[in-house]
Amino acid sequence: MSSAIKDNSIVNEKIIEDATCTFCGCCCDDITLTVDLDKKVITKAKDACVLGKAWFLNHVIEDKPIARIDGKEVTLDEAIEEAAQNLIDAKFPIVYGLSDTICEAQRQVVPIVDDIGGTIDTTTSVCHGPSGMAFQGVGEPSMTLGEVKNRADFVMYWGGNPAEAHPRHFSRYAVTPKGMFIPNGKDDRTVVIVDVRQTKTAGVADIFVQVKPGKDFELLWILRGAVKGIEVPENVEEITGVSRELVIDLVNKMKNCKYGVIFFGMGLTMTRGRHFNSGALMALATDLNEFTHFVAKPARGHGNVTGADNVVSWQTGYPFGVNFSRGYPRFNPGEFTTVDTLTRGEADAAMIIASDPVANFPKPAIDHLKSDKCKLISIDTKQTPTSEAAHVSIQTSTYGINTGGTVYRMDDVPISLRPAFDSPFPGDLEVLTKLRKRVNKLAKEKNRPYATSKYI
Amino acid sequence: MLIPGRSAKQGTSLNKGKLKDEYKKITSILEVNSDDMVRLGLDTGDQVKLSNEVGETIVSVKGMREGKLPVGCAFIPYGPPSSCLMSGETCGSGMPQSKHMMVQIELVKKVEKEVKKVEPAN
Amino acid sequence: MNNEIRIINGIVFDPTNNVDGKVCEICIKDGKIVDKVSSAAQTIDAKGMAVMPGGVDIHCHIAGPKVNLARKLMPEDHRLDPHFKTKHTSSGSGGIVPSTFATGYRYATLGYTTAMEAAVPPLMARHALEEMYDTPIIDNGFYVLLGNNLFLQSLIAEGRKEEFKEAVAWWLNASKAYTVKLVNPGGDEPWKGHKNLNVKDIDDTSKIVDLSPRKVIDAFIDAVHELGLPHPPHIHCNNLGHSGNFDTTIETMKTAGDRRLHIAHIQFNSYAGEMGKSPKSASKEITEYVNGHKNITCDVGQVMFGKATFMTADAPLTYLLRGYKPQKWVNADTECESGCGILPFDYQGMIYTHALQWAIGLEIFLLSEDPWRIVLSTDHPNGGSFMNYPLVIKLLMDYEFRKEAMKHVNQKAMNSTILGELKREYTLNEICIITRAGPAKCLGLKDKGHLGIGADADITIYDILDDKEEMFNAPRYVMKAGQLLISNHEFISDYTDKKVLRVAPEFDKSIEKVIKPFFDDFYSIAFSNYAIDDEYLHDNIIIEANVKNNIYEN
Repeated sequence: MSSAIKDNSIVNEKIIEDATCTFCGCCCDDITLTVDLDKKVITKAKDACVLGKAWFLNHVIEDKPIARIDGKEVTLDEAIEEAAQNLIDAKFPIVYGLSDTICEAQRQVVPIVDDIGGTIDTTTSVCHGPSGMAFQGVGEPSMTLGEVKNRADFVMYWGGNPAEAHPRHFSRYAVTPKGMFIPNGKDDRTVVIVDVRQTKTAGVADIFVQVKPGKDFELLWILRGAVKGIEVPENVEEITGVSRELVIDLVNKMKNCKYGVIFFGMGLTMTRGRHFNSGALMALATDLNEFTHFVAKPARGHGNVTGADNVVSWQTGYPFGVNFSRGYPRFNPGEFTTVDTLTRGEADAAMIIASDPVANFPKPAIDHLKSDKCKLISIDTKQTPTSEAAHVSIQTSTYGINTGGTVYRMDDVPISLRPAFDSPFPGDLEVLTKLRKRVNKLAKEKNRPYATSKYI
Repeated sequence: MLIPGRSAKQGTSLNKGKLKDEYKKITSILEVNSDDMVRLGLDTGDQVKLSNEVGETIVSVKGMREGKLPVGCAFIPYGPPSSCLMSGETCGSGMPQSKHMMVQIELVKKVEKEVKKVEPAN
Repeated sequence: MNNEIRIINGIVFDPTNNVDGKVCEICIKDGKIVDKVSSAAQTIDAKGMAVMPGGVDIHCHIAGPKVNLARKLMPEDHRLDPHFKTKHTSSGSGGIVPSTFATGYRYATLGYTTAMEAAVPPLMARHALEEMYDTPIIDNGFYVLLGNNLFLQSLIAEGRKEEFKEAVAWWLNASKAYTVKLVNPGGDEPWKGHKNLNVKDIDDTSKIVDLSPRKVIDAFIDAVHELGLPHPPHIHCNNLGHSGNFDTTIETMKTAGDRRLHIAHIQFNSYAGEMGKSPKSASKEITEYVNGHKNITCDVGQVMFGKATFMTADAPLTYLLRGYKPQKWVNADTECESGCGILPFDYQGMIYTHALQWAIGLEIFLLSEDPWRIVLSTDHPNGGSFMNYPLVIKLLMDYEFRKEAMKHVNQKAMNSTILGELKREYTLNEICIITRAGPAKCLGLKDKGHLGIGADADITIYDILDDKEEMFNAPRYVMKAGQLLISNHEFISDYTDKKVLRVAPEFDKSIEKVIKPFFDDFYSIAFSNYAIDDEYLHDNIIIEANVKNNIYEN
């Protein structure tokens, strides 16, 4: 919107108001960016948190080739051709990542995977994938973040460390802001933190609950029982590390609040119990609706991981871990999720989009990715261990800084981005659209069964 | 028991580039409860080897004030070292057990006395 | 590429232009119906076949946040109904809430070429639009949820009528919607802010603003009338699903006076009996009112046995139903604007209430005297999938079949209705009205629902078969915007010129100064990031304003 952009021709500076930071799932859309158009850098990011400042201010246009094959510079078209050939020739191609790019680009990817009969998975599988599975089993009472700001008088964080992972979650949405029915901000809310570690987050708590590691499910189930009127066991402290008095107090506070919310993090999904933990938490929130209005929400990590979930769901019916080898989408976490397909050594081509599994996957998965059994294709905005290990590596421009598009905040609210300055690198949308068209053509030429013409 | 996680410093450093030293350094610092530090005879800055059935890695330790971490728990920001210890088994969920991993800690190199300026953080 | 088509020998049904089963030629050029084409035109011989305009679904839930939550919720349902990739179409998942690609293809395989998504909160409008782009073939538009918008309610409460109208126009523009949707107006605040309560009736005052649902409804009918939107407010009445709710429905229609109003899925609002007890049919009372009032249009929301999914902005209703069926349940509150509930469900013939709902829907179809103002819908997926439409048509066209079907469902329910006495059978021309010509007229879509010169060349050609379910289940040819997509029952392409249908009423820009402070205080996104930029839209058509008092005025 031009009204928000003021050109100042004297110093060739541009101010962008209400820009969105896509570093984390908070997607704060109130950042004022000062851009030096000559140097192509952002000099100020007003209102951004420490992570957001690092995201915006460290972004420089690096002098690197757009595309490389085995480390040698090539043209973008050559790289796309090689990637398309690798994907079409592979017996078990996988596509992974997607959480750090715009929905418009994500929407190009499912048709590619449909054409190659491959597997698509997003970073959700190693993030809140278990919560997605729990959602399929239990459902979820939920809300947009503005409801929390306006109404929540009971706010609980479970197994998350927003003070470090989502720094403005407290101030923008959940703890300190004054809302429609919360005129005094934090004073009108009870804030409870449940974690095994006493993190920076614990500092804001009215009540800090230190649960024994790996005992989240037990504590959730005891709370659930207590909400339903089942006596809290005498040995609850021995089991969970939390005193019986505290459990009873928590249950009373939860049942008697006006609008309660629980945010939960990967302290639940990555630890013992995984989707059972998320499911127990969603069931607890559901049960509480017999007494009051109660909601829960996973605190999602990357800028647009929520968008990836949504896009893959509307195009295939399933949120992640989807395989097309039979000519229709099938969902099976553990079978078609990336850690598994790599650890078992199944994938013979892997296209990694806006993600860096070589840096953070389990070692056996990394070993397979880097081995010559797997053609690795990387499309990323930065040089990473993954891009450096890739057979085909394409460097793209950065969403929210160089390109516009749509992202979904952790509460499924879609937001349009306001790019700050141009980049010599192509956008993900451009690269993936070209690749989609090329793969579609190749699939037809190879007379693969069911080659399609795309209407998009 | 090891708990890898995110931290603000890990987050800011990865924006600067995962191939830069800052990221590598931050993801190689293990936070250990002060009681465990005493029990294991460790000082902040010591190099230790973490190992389990998946692999091993060498990191430096940092003592944490009592109460911040439960006894027997250590924390490390996500990064290449934590990956070395992570099993690919997801138990059919797609999610490796990336928190709550059992590891062994062994001292490999004492921090040199004259360099040791950093006291255990309080 | 040759863009001309001539359809010859077909038996044409075009009720808008008073053509009822006459053999005549239809010519198509550049996506429109024209009076003649060159000799190079592709010829389709439709001898013995029925030629109709493409179907228009006036009320379904196929795109947007709640639809996608329901999709994510039911992998088990998708697994039972895979949608295979073909040479010309993408793969997808079926079931009660199909994936976007499958949704578009499946509508096309029923001969439908337009479908309107019936409820989207403005904050989530981008999401609905994105899914529409990914829904092949069919044209879409959506109705924007404004009935529980706290800012608009405050303007009504304060009597700021002019500003209210401007703000409604602003919101329609900001979200790129087709018309205003009201769902259980006034019911959100008791639900979200008062521990899961609900409004009791149309004259109840919700606890946040001293404002009854009736005042909200009245204000919206007025504003939309003055703005001259092609389709009036589309309302999901208070007390939907409750026994004895027909009073509320009639009161809602009376509130409209002689101004236009569309009652959505009216079957769900046609129950007699006492609240909290078993329902009885009030189809007579409801159809009597509708028959006598030209300003009212409605769609039926027929219940069909089998799988369904509740998916509605009426969150308290969904929670109430969860009491009957403790299934996995989703609630989704949207700040300052809306609530939402989702619950997988199935209708069973042996259950009294379900069988009665089925019968009431059919009674409403059969008792209604003017097919132009009653539209076929199942409120997909709330009353059942849109894939049931051919079966609904058979039930309406075949009295013997209907009687047979009645034998296999709850007899207590059948005995309490007059369905068995209604011997009316719909004609092909009437079916053409309730599935195409009528909904197009109700929506004010002048280029759709008919085959006159200048109309969009959205055309379906069916083999005329005795079994009407079979007939409407598999058109032999389907054309969208002049492109032949289905030929001899098979897809030959899925590329078409598809559009978003929307309105863009004029408004005074100064209203933004009135709205913005509310955003700054109570929304979680910036005011400047809320309205959807025109650039965000792909191909779209703005349907012009046109103030009228009923669908018969031009």
